[in-house]
Amino acid sequence: MAKHGLRVIAIAYLFFLLVLPVGLIIWRTFGDGLGPFTEALTSASAVHAFQVTLTVALWAVAANTVFGIGTAILLVRHSFPGKRLLNALIDLPMAVSPVVVGLALILVYGKFAPVGGLLESWGVQVIFSTPGMVLATVFVALPLVVRAVVPVLEELGDEQEQAAHTLGASPLQTFLRITLPGIRWALAYGVVLCLARSLGEYGAVAVVSGRLVDQTQTLTLFVEERFQNFDQPAAFAAATALALIAVITLLLTKLLRPKG
Amino acid sequence: MAIEVRDVNKSFGTTPVLRDVSIDVESGSLTALLGPSGGGKSTLLRVIAGLEQPDTGTVRISGVDATRLAPQRRNVGFVFQHYAAFKHLTVFRNVAFGLEIRKRPKDEIRRRVMELLELVHLEQMADRYPSQLSGGQRQRMALARALAVEPEVLLLDEPFGALDAQVRKELRTWLRRLHDEVHVTTVFVTHDQEEAIEVADTIVVLADGEVKQVGSPAEVYDNPADPFVMRFLGPVTEIGGNLVRPHDIEISAEPVEGGTAATISRVVRLGFEVRVELTVEGRDAWVQVTRGFADQLALTPGDVVNVRPVPGARSLTLAAV
Repeated sequence: MAKHGLRVIAIAYLFFLLVLPVGLIIWRTFGDGLGPFTEALTSASAVHAFQVTLTVALWAVAANTVFGIGTAILLVRHSFPGKRLLNALIDLPMAVSPVVVGLALILVYGKFAPVGGLLESWGVQVIFSTPGMVLATVFVALPLVVRAVVPVLEELGDEQEQAAHTLGASPLQTFLRITLPGIRWALAYGVVLCLARSLGEYGAVAVVSGRLVDQTQTLTLFVEERFQNFDQPAAFAAATALALIAVITLLLTKLLRPKG
Repeated sequence: MAIEVRDVNKSFGTTPVLRDVSIDVESGSLTALLGPSGGGKSTLLRVIAGLEQPDTGTVRISGVDATRLAPQRRNVGFVFQHYAAFKHLTVFRNVAFGLEIRKRPKDEIRRRVMELLELVHLEQMADRYPSQLSGGQRQRMALARALAVEPEVLLLDEPFGALDAQVRKELRTWLRRLHDEVHVTTVFVTHDQEEAIEVADTIVVLADGEVKQVGSPAEVYDNPADPFVMRFLGPVTEIGGNLVRPHDIEISAEPVEGGTAATISRVVRLGFEVRVELTVEGRDAWVQVTRGFADQLALTPGDVVNVRPVPGARSLTLAAV
């Protein structure tokens, strides 16, 4: 009986927390058929928000993939002073609120900050522009690739790499032919997680973007802004689109997980 | 000389692993680096391969100073204890790896790989993945992979260490035959003296990071340089303050010149061999005799007999404790 009771509680909990809200959004979105949904998502502002989101997410994923692989190799294959500190710092974005990240970035890269001012004089605007949004997104999604790759790299060991060296492979050839294929599933898993996190990021991007409609508005910001302006159909449509993307990435990670 | 190692020192942190190690490996020979674990033999092999850098000293391969050369430029074949198979590549691609890196033409690679797979009896397994092979097969694949690049020297780090006893014995004999066919200068690391004696032309005994003795299997077995080497290479027992091989001791019923009285405490029959345990001057010792000999003297526990080292047998005087 206790077992059944626990199940009922768990299901009820998930129902009221997850299934009901998400289900209602989808219900409201498609309540009047597919027409309003496509109409809301094909408006100029929505399409632009999609483009901004994609641009920011792709840059952030690219940066975190390169950085993630490099850091994972550094942490697993090398020993150096400060390694434990680096290892701890990588998890920092998990602990720090995204809003804090955004404010910190403004302090460094804002128009009137030293670094930001210097970049501004070279014609690079970071805050209230794409570079700042990419930076903020990179920061919040920083640990995902590293943490997915590190355990697999550890398990892989370095004997295969050494064998490749003795067979005449240069470090780059060894990386491309041995290390990368060895971590490919873990890497794919990390990249998909990173992509999902980047697409859904709100707090840090909200602070550094300035929420300029049709300029620096991402899809998450679009949802919020439409909702505040009583344009519920557009808000729900975009929210549903975000939820669908999330479900697809979730399915992808499920597909990739067992092999990693 | 295929390999000349001179005055190599290597420490991990503050622990010295190799101390003034110098060895020569003759071209075409099959040399065993033999010693207890932690004796530095694997490190020496990795220094030769370039996988470890010596703190001081030099390594020459085929007359060329290779001390500061990266492993990929040394043209050595290296076989790891745990195979280091490329798990995501088929057996064929594993063996072809070194040739693909060298950008050899496709048909040449195909021919060479199939030749090698035949040599190691894996021609049926070309399209399998390493996970589908047994341990012995994986190790043979690793050997073919190392041989594919026609290395100047072949280095094997405890190549049979991870295999079970039966496969181990088979592969041992097979390695000896392979070496007689291919003639590539080979150095292998082992802690198994039987393996070293059976397979190698030359044995280098390494312990505590130092070379204790170099010689043919017969030399190091029959003329060990010190008690350590004698103990490590085969069975020993102590009689009258001397370290002797138990098969180099005579037992006689009558007193003999140079003999010592001993009391038999136990007679263990191990098939053809009989192990006679006895007490000599208050100390335990044992003698290995044949079954025929034991029957002839009717050795039984409690008998008092005379023992002495076989004249001409090598024995080492132990320092008084």
